[in-house]
Amino acid sequence: MIDSLYIAWKYLSFNRARTATLVACVTLIAILPLALQLLLAESERQLLSRAESTPLLLGAPGSALDLVMNGLYFDDEVPQLISMMAVESLEASGLAMPIPLYVRFKARRFPIVGTTLDYFDFRALTIAEGRQLAQLGECVIGAEVAARLGITVGDSLLSSPETVFDLAGVYPLKMQVAGVLQRSHTPDDLAVFVDIKTAWVVQGLVHGHEDVTRPQDASVIIERTDANVVANARLVEYTEITTENIDSFHFHGAPGDYPLSAVIAVPDDAKAGTILRGRYLDGDAGYQLVVPETVIDGLLANIFRIKHMLDAVILVVGVATVLALILVFALSIRLRQREIHTVFRIGGSRLTIVRLLAAEIAIIVLFSGLLCMAAIVLVHQYSNELVRTLFIG
Amino acid sequence: MIEIDSLGFAYPEAEFFLRIPEFTVASREKVAVIGPSGSGKTTLLNLVAGILVPRQGRVHCAGTEVSALGDAARRDFRISTIGFVFQDFELLDYLSVLDNILHPYRITGALRLTAAVRERAVSLAGQMDIGDKLTRGVGHLSQGEKQRVAICRALLPGPKLILADEATGNLDPRNKGHILELLFESVAAHDATLLAVTHDHELLPQFDRVVDFNDFRTGAA
Repeated sequence: MIDSLYIAWKYLSFNRARTATLVACVTLIAILPLALQLLLAESERQLLSRAESTPLLLGAPGSALDLVMNGLYFDDEVPQLISMMAVESLEASGLAMPIPLYVRFKARRFPIVGTTLDYFDFRALTIAEGRQLAQLGECVIGAEVAARLGITVGDSLLSSPETVFDLAGVYPLKMQVAGVLQRSHTPDDLAVFVDIKTAWVVQGLVHGHEDVTRPQDASVIIERTDANVVANARLVEYTEITTENIDSFHFHGAPGDYPLSAVIAVPDDAKAGTILRGRYLDGDAGYQLVVPETVIDGLLANIFRIKHMLDAVILVVGVATVLALILVFALSIRLRQREIHTVFRIGGSRLTIVRLLAAEIAIIVLFSGLLCMAAIVLVHQYSNELVRTLFIG
Repeated sequence: MIEIDSLGFAYPEAEFFLRIPEFTVASREKVAVIGPSGSGKTTLLNLVAGILVPRQGRVHCAGTEVSALGDAARRDFRISTIGFVFQDFELLDYLSVLDNILHPYRITGALRLTAAVRERAVSLAGQMDIGDKLTRGVGHLSQGEKQRVAICRALLPGPKLILADEATGNLDPRNKGHILELLFESVAAHDATLLAVTHDHELLPQFDRVVDFNDFRTGAA
C-alpha cells in the first residue's frame, strides 16, 4: 500500500491544480456543517450565559428581543426609550436593585454604554489597567476595544455623531480613558462604558459652555433679562470635560425625564422577582419587564429551526458534491486509459488500478481532513469573536 | 526459449487472423522479426508475453506453457521472466526517470523493491547514459533518452527473455545504432534471449537470425 500511496502522491503532486480543486471541494463540504455547528453551539453558549446571568430587564413596551439584544449584547437596534423614572420606580418598590443602561451612541464603531458603577459589580467586571469611572466625561473601555483601537489609560476617545449629515447635531465628546477592563469574553469586551450622565452629555442633554454672564465675545448675547440670558450659536460649547470646565456642565429639565434604553433589575430574591414581574404584567404601566433567558430561548428555538433546514440543504449539497466527485474520478479513469493500459502491460492488475485510485482518494481525503481540522481549530479559537461579529453584532 | 506450435489468434470483431504453424527461438539467441505493418508482429510479442491468449495452439516460453496459464499466473510469469521494451515507451509523465524504472516493483507483488534493486537501477541507468537524469521527469527527456529508460525498466528484473517492439522506431539513425548496441550488450550481460520487431533493415545483420512474417499466413479468419 505504501508503494501505491507513493505513486498516487506523485500523480497528485504532478496534477496540482486538479488536486487542489478536489481537496477544496471535499474540505468545503466537510467544513460547512462542522463550522456552523461549532458557531451555533458557541452562539448558544454566549447568548444563554449572558441571558442566564441577567435576571430581569425593564424597558419600553415593544419588541422584547430588541430590548434584550440591546440591553445585554449592545446591539445597534435601539429599543423605544424609557426615562429615569423607571429607575426611581424600581428603587421605590424595594424589591430589586436597578442598573440603568443607555446604549445608543458609538465611539469609533464600539457601543457607548451609559450606566452606573453597579453594572461593573453585577457583571463582575474588574479593571485591568487604570481606575474606575470617577468623573463626568471619562470612560472605561473593554479589553477588545483597547486592543483593536490601540488605546490605553490616558488616551482619549471621540464619540461618533449619530449621523454625519446632522450638521445641527451635538458635537462629539472627547472622553478620557480612565481604565481598561479585564477581558471577560463577553460583549463587555467590545464596549465603551461611561457614567449615565456622560451618555447624556454625548446626546447633548447635559452640556457645558462658557459663562453667558461673562462671555469673551459680547456679541453672542442676543437677549439679557434679570432672569434669563439668550445667546446665539457662536457661544463656545465644551467638547471635552476638564477640571476647569466641569462646573459649567448642567442639566436642562428634570433628571427624571432623562432617557434610558433599559434597566437591569436585580431582585433581592426569587420571591421579589416574581412579585416584580406581576407588577409589570399590566401593560398600562408603560413598561415591559422581561426575563432575558426566556426571550433568548425563543430566539434560539428559531435559530435551531433554521439550522435544521440549513442542515438539510448542506446534506443535499454534500450529496451533490460527492456525486460530482465520483463523476470526476470516473471521467479521470477514462482520460487515464493510456496510463492504465501501461500499468497493465508492465505487470499491473485490476487490483493495482483499484489500489492506486484508492490511494489517490485517501490522500485527497487526508489533506481535506487536515485542512478541515485546521479550519475547525481556527474557528474554535476565534468562535467567541466570530459569534459576536456574525450573530450577535 | 520460445516454442510456438500451431498458433492461431484473432482479435474479437476484427478480420485479422494470425496463424503460425511453428516458431522457435533458442536461448541467448538474438532474433529480429520483420514484416509489413499489420502482419501481426506486435501480436506475436504480446502472445509470447502472455498479454494476449491464443485461440488455438500453444505458446511455450522458458519451459512454461504460457497459453495454458490463468490471468494472474500469466502476469506473474511475464513479470519474472520477460522484459518488454515497447515502441511507444509506455512511461508515466508524472514519475521521474528512476521511479519509471522502478515502477514494476511498485505495482506488483511478484517483485520486491529493495535497496539492492535501487542500486542496480541506478547502475543500469548509468550504463545507459541517463545516470544524471534520474530525478528528472520523463517529459523532459529526448526520444532516445526515453527509450533508454524503457530499456532499463525492462532489464532491471534480470529477465531471461527480452521482447522489443520496434525499440528503435522513434529514434534518429545515430541513436538507433547506439540503443541497439546497448540492448545487445545488456542481453549478453544478462545471458538473455532477444526477440525484436523492427522495420530497420540496416540493423538486421547485427541479429543472429531474421524471421520474415511474410512466411506466416495472416489474413481473414
